[in-house]
Amino acid sequence: MSAVFVEAPKRLVDVTIDGATVRVPEGSTLLDACRQQGIDTPTLCFLENLTPVNVCRVCVVEVEGSRTLVPSCSRKVEPGMAVHTDSDRVRTSRRMVLEFLASTVDVSLAGPDVGRWMAEYGADPARYGDPAPPHQAGQRDAARPGEHPVPDGSAAATVAQPVKYDNDSYVRDYSRCILCYKCVEACGPDAQNTFAIAVAGRGFDARISTEFDVTLPDSACVYCGNCIGVCPTGALMFASEYRMRRDGTWDDDGQTVTTTVCPYCGVGCNLELHVQDNQIVKVTSPLDHDVTSGHLCVKGRFGFEFVQRRADAG
Amino acid sequence: MFGAGGGTCSYREAEDADLIVMWGSNAREAHPIFFHHVLKAVRKGARMYAVDPRRTTSAQWADAWLGINVGSDISLANAIGREIIHAGLANTDFIARATSGFEAYAASVEPYTLEVAERDTGVPADLIRQLAHDYARAGRAQICWTLGITEHHNASDNVFALINLALLTGHVGRYGSGLVPLRGQNNVQGGGDMGALPNKLPGFQDVETDTDARARFEAVYGEPLPARRGWHLSQMFEAMERGELTACYIIGENPVRSEADTGRTKELLSGLEHLVVQDIFLTDTAAIADVVLPATATWCETEGTVTSSERRVQRVRKALDPPGGARDDIEIIGELARRLGANWGPVTAEQAWDELRSLSPMHGGMSYARLEALGGLQWPCYDEEHPGELFLHARLWEADPARRGAPAPFTPVSQEPPLDELSAEFPLRLTTGRRLDSFNTGVQSGKYATPIRRPETLNLSPEDAAELGVAESEVVRISSRRGSIEAPVHVDSTLRRGLAFMTLHFPEQVATNILTLDAWDPKSGTAEFKATAIRVDRIADIPAGGAGDEHAKVGA
Amino acid sequence: MDLRLGVPAPATEQERAAVASVLGPAASGWDGGDRTPADGHMAVGGRAAREQRHLLLPVLHAVQERIGWISPGAVDHICARLTIPPAEAYGVASFYALFRTEPSPVAVVHVCDDVACRADGAERTCQEMERRFGPEGQGAAANGSGVTWQRSPCLGQCDHGSAALIQHAGADPARVVLAPFDPEQVRAALVPGTGVGSGGTAVPQAAADRSGLRLLRRVGQVEPGSIDAYRSAGGYEMLRRAVTAGPQGVLRELKDAKLVGRGGAAFPTGVKWEAVATNPVREHFVVCNADESEPGTFKDRVLMEQDPFALIEALTIMGYTCGARRGYIYIRGEYPIAESRLVEAVRQATDRGLLGADVLGEGFAFDIEVRRGAGAYIAGEETALFNSIEGKRAEPRNKPPFPAASGLFGKPTAINNVETLLCVLEVLRIGGPAFAAIGTANSTGTRLFCLSGAVRQPGLYEHDFGVTLREVIEAAGGLRDGRSLRAVLLGGAAGSFVGPDALDVPLTMEDLRVIGATLGSGVVVVIDDTVDVTDLLVRIARFFRDESCGQCVPCRVGTVRQEELLGRLARGAPLGSVQREIELFADIAAVTRDASICGLGQTAVSALSSALSLNLVGASGQADGGRGLA
Repeated sequence: MSAVFVEAPKRLVDVTIDGATVRVPEGSTLLDACRQQGIDTPTLCFLENLTPVNVCRVCVVEVEGSRTLVPSCSRKVEPGMAVHTDSDRVRTSRRMVLEFLASTVDVSLAGPDVGRWMAEYGADPARYGDPAPPHQAGQRDAARPGEHPVPDGSAAATVAQPVKYDNDSYVRDYSRCILCYKCVEACGPDAQNTFAIAVAGRGFDARISTEFDVTLPDSACVYCGNCIGVCPTGALMFASEYRMRRDGTWDDDGQTVTTTVCPYCGVGCNLELHVQDNQIVKVTSPLDHDVTSGHLCVKGRFGFEFVQRRADAG
Repeated sequence: MFGAGGGTCSYREAEDADLIVMWGSNAREAHPIFFHHVLKAVRKGARMYAVDPRRTTSAQWADAWLGINVGSDISLANAIGREIIHAGLANTDFIARATSGFEAYAASVEPYTLEVAERDTGVPADLIRQLAHDYARAGRAQICWTLGITEHHNASDNVFALINLALLTGHVGRYGSGLVPLRGQNNVQGGGDMGALPNKLPGFQDVETDTDARARFEAVYGEPLPARRGWHLSQMFEAMERGELTACYIIGENPVRSEADTGRTKELLSGLEHLVVQDIFLTDTAAIADVVLPATATWCETEGTVTSSERRVQRVRKALDPPGGARDDIEIIGELARRLGANWGPVTAEQAWDELRSLSPMHGGMSYARLEALGGLQWPCYDEEHPGELFLHARLWEADPARRGAPAPFTPVSQEPPLDELSAEFPLRLTTGRRLDSFNTGVQSGKYATPIRRPETLNLSPEDAAELGVAESEVVRISSRRGSIEAPVHVDSTLRRGLAFMTLHFPEQVATNILTLDAWDPKSGTAEFKATAIRVDRIADIPAGGAGDEHAKVGA
Repeated sequence: MDLRLGVPAPATEQERAAVASVLGPAASGWDGGDRTPADGHMAVGGRAAREQRHLLLPVLHAVQERIGWISPGAVDHICARLTIPPAEAYGVASFYALFRTEPSPVAVVHVCDDVACRADGAERTCQEMERRFGPEGQGAAANGSGVTWQRSPCLGQCDHGSAALIQHAGADPARVVLAPFDPEQVRAALVPGTGVGSGGTAVPQAAADRSGLRLLRRVGQVEPGSIDAYRSAGGYEMLRRAVTAGPQGVLRELKDAKLVGRGGAAFPTGVKWEAVATNPVREHFVVCNADESEPGTFKDRVLMEQDPFALIEALTIMGYTCGARRGYIYIRGEYPIAESRLVEAVRQATDRGLLGADVLGEGFAFDIEVRRGAGAYIAGEETALFNSIEGKRAEPRNKPPFPAASGLFGKPTAINNVETLLCVLEVLRIGGPAFAAIGTANSTGTRLFCLSGAVRQPGLYEHDFGVTLREVIEAAGGLRDGRSLRAVLLGGAAGSFVGPDALDVPLTMEDLRVIGATLGSGVVVVIDDTVDVTDLLVRIARFFRDESCGQCVPCRVGTVRQEELLGRLARGAPLGSVQREIELFADIAAVTRDASICGLGQTAVSALSSALSLNLVGASGQADGGRGLA
């Protein structure tokens, strides 16, 4: 006999996307359905291994009968839904979300998709005027809810601020933060459950923060790197990568990625070793590996040094 | 368990469990990604109990923590069993159909009343009763354990005590219910799978009783195999002591640091006629070897497979070129064989694996192609159509006796206190464990820096620290019946009065294993790292050549 | 939970006492109490510990009231008591405007400068506050006077001309409402024992012809602090009637009455309650949304202050009908008088067996908890309100799922505002069909209107649905002498401007929809030719920028870009050209309206949109902005 666990079969649901009928399992999202159809749907705050928070709104689609656009990443399919992914409303909102983000945040490390989408939707982040001068260190962290200096509109507000570099493992560059909540989810209920960081403040002053903005070493952080693993914009980065990028030695094209198994405890986490010049420069885990779901611990993430430091072994 | 040595459940089953008992396992720090699965269950509403002398970071997630006295696990487990029986919560159908020895078991636990267990463990009887009832009543319940169960002189009895509970309630062989021993190293399970046990051939085939298996191996190897079990680790050291074991070939192990009672270990290894060490580092053990064979790091400089705690065989792959002079383990062994007269020619990892598959039925279906395509497979996996098994022992639930097979035996066990007794001279109980950022003796983990790394400390309860008059970070002398060491104090509120804690991670700073007892479990060969009687003295209070020093026999 | 606790400066005795005043003493050394030997062998925690999270806001309030700010030590101790990670607790504390997370003077004066108060010289008042107490928003370090002040969004006292709320921390803490407000009063109001301040109400109809009053019928007639007075006036007859009719009977009356919610979305109340009542998932909750924060709105405050038992009775009927054992009233922190009257009303009702284990001796159990908001307009959004009760940041949830399926604590929940609940009493009093006969075919019953601005008699008015804007303004005495009507801001900051041509449109849901307007929370701000509309719009833009929760990009950034754009228009310094700014705004408005998560973002642009289409916007400072941009 077999002890393989068989899950209950799922009903199939028919929806119409851009005129074509798509059949997907009950419980699928509109994004799943769009992807099944091969429709390129931009996403920023969505990641397969996290609960959708649907805050970036770049994945919105038009559902007939709905007053507003709906986020495809979290909206479940319902039988008979008629969905439009390329209407004027959808295109305008996607363009504006990208434009809003790019006019407030440094998205230069957000990956090639973002640039492609910006071009495709015609986002023009420059049309809000010159960016305002960057914030002083700690200024955004001290913002009080419900108060702000009233702008005269001569410059466009941004989240630009100095990099937070308070330990040797992580660098936090919140000038690049689009507030997608992924790091908070990974540090919190979706994976690590350490809750070293949360969203603090509100409105445009909302930010990712430790309690009272204490340094990471003074926080609950256990340096698992799962926040960095899910960060889509380079706001969170391993210090080693940050230094290499700063020094101009980081070479994406010159890196290989090899999947293997962590050398520490017996759980069997898969590691993806990013290797450049025969040196491991970064460790990630496959999102679809059902042991890790892409998340690691501090040993798996950082504990590779010993193979590169044999000389001073003991 | 009931034959093959492996956890009965998959990690994903933990997510669907209704009750999880973490017993002697600080998985939050020692198996963090497994604990993610536990946390998913907790978030979905599963109840969690923790049984541990310390209120560890794992125990802090529990609905209830049972802070037992070190080494009182069997008293607790037997009392839980007795309570389940007396409350009429035993799964009598399952017991009758799928187990043997229940009557003897029931009789054996009869002395373990809740009151007796409260006396032995220190845990209130009501809480023990609550755990017993919740475990028995849960739809799906798992017991997970680690070294808190197995690093005792009676490790096997501890494990039997937990297995008995699963048999009593039928919490085994069904999805979401089972027994989950978490492995401490990335291929401990694989080592067992591959026959690195004194009495087993690969695939848990008994070298003494399974003559068919032996014959198949002999046919392939073209050589007769000894039909006699070998020594386990602790027996090997005893054989060295007797002078029966005179040469040793050690691959990827650092016993000088990792074994209890370091002084004795080093003395015995130094006294061998010939010692060969094959490792990726020049370890303390390699430093005293006659021959050192530099090896590649198996997880990133070579091809192969490892097996995880959920019996999942996964591929490791070469990502880096090894440093000059280091050679692959297979290559070294092949070369050694050639010089001993058996020329196998070049052997790839896949070829070695395919030979194994031909001899170990439970690995038969695990071709490299399938391991690649499926991201690993869980044994048993008999042929290339077999998807592998999510959980073990489903057969126990079969209605047909033929398919059900041999009944699973209850194994009565009794409480025995730790061997290293507390006394007026050694009044504190030292237990050992792991920290999140570090690993075993630090050979691997010591090489990377992290902001959470703290040097070794002697963790004392606030009460003991106050009584001893020692302050945070003050260096003290710690003595056991075997030796003395010095370490700074950390006041740790997860400890109660009388309980102290250290790790084994920083042997160069503090050689904790100088203190520990090398008494070992006759059934498994595991040493009692978890229960040492110590005393703590302020350095200022020790007269030169005084009380603290007479026990010192620190290895030079 | 493996919390990392321990800070350099632990909680003081006062802070611990403040926490204990809500939570009682700690159960063990593991959760913030003293260590005992028993702690060494057991601890309980887990889910039960984490489920205390909903007590976070009450505890933060207690510390804020006692100390004047919430220190790292206090947060650390609170987290030990409630099993909350400190970063999360800080994220919550830093979300709400009535909490301070840096050292603060013990008295904070919140001076309303919102749409209604602006018309009455709020800017002059703010200048006077600055002269007396220093620059706005000073912390304790810069301010030795023990008093600081800051501008506030609408305090719901729009019928009084000007208003302020004083938070005064200490052993005898107070929240004092001063309306009308004169900076001269601040020092006197800080004398302990002054109590909750003036407050009061203006229901002009109550003094004149009361015949048309249904929701306001007891206001000014029945002593609000006495359950006996309430019962003498017919109170609790409707609960009796509901129990006699049974839940199905109540639902039938509500459907017959065609009652819809008065919060803006106009969802049929009977359908909403039925969805909860019939949901097989247990347990059920009922919630009264008393977080009235829409600028220009004060109707629910008047009802709660003047007729608190009516709300308690109506919520009890809601609980009975929906099969809930527990109801919550979430009231904004700026309403201390209403809150204290509700708390007292709950106490008296409990004493009389009208709440508790066996209500009316009819065998059903129902309790009510009053929960206080902490300065967040967004908490009035129903799912944000649930999060706030649960001890989280008041961030709206995406819908679906709707509250009837997954609301408070993830359970089926019915939620209505105060006015809607009082309508339920009226439905039961006169019967569903009779209720449906009032008003128009699709907008039944009466409606409350909050009149402010350039009318002779600002205040709260009740009219049958179908009344026109002209009639509403005339009932308030018409415009002040010599003024002419320029526009009306209908529905508050989230509503829209309508011009004089809309005066004869019936104020029903369906008629307003036709002209693209909404009644919202019943706000009618009458704007005459002396008002600087651009200045009002700048204030509204500031309001949305301040009150956006920050969760979704369209609202978080859109409210900033809107405010910047308006700043340029107000200065007469458009980027490129005015036409270009109008095009830019059209894009900002489109995404904010279409892609925001909740109603706040979706309506944040509607005031400016409507003002632009009415050509009301010009460079600020012009008394007559009538030239507009075009």
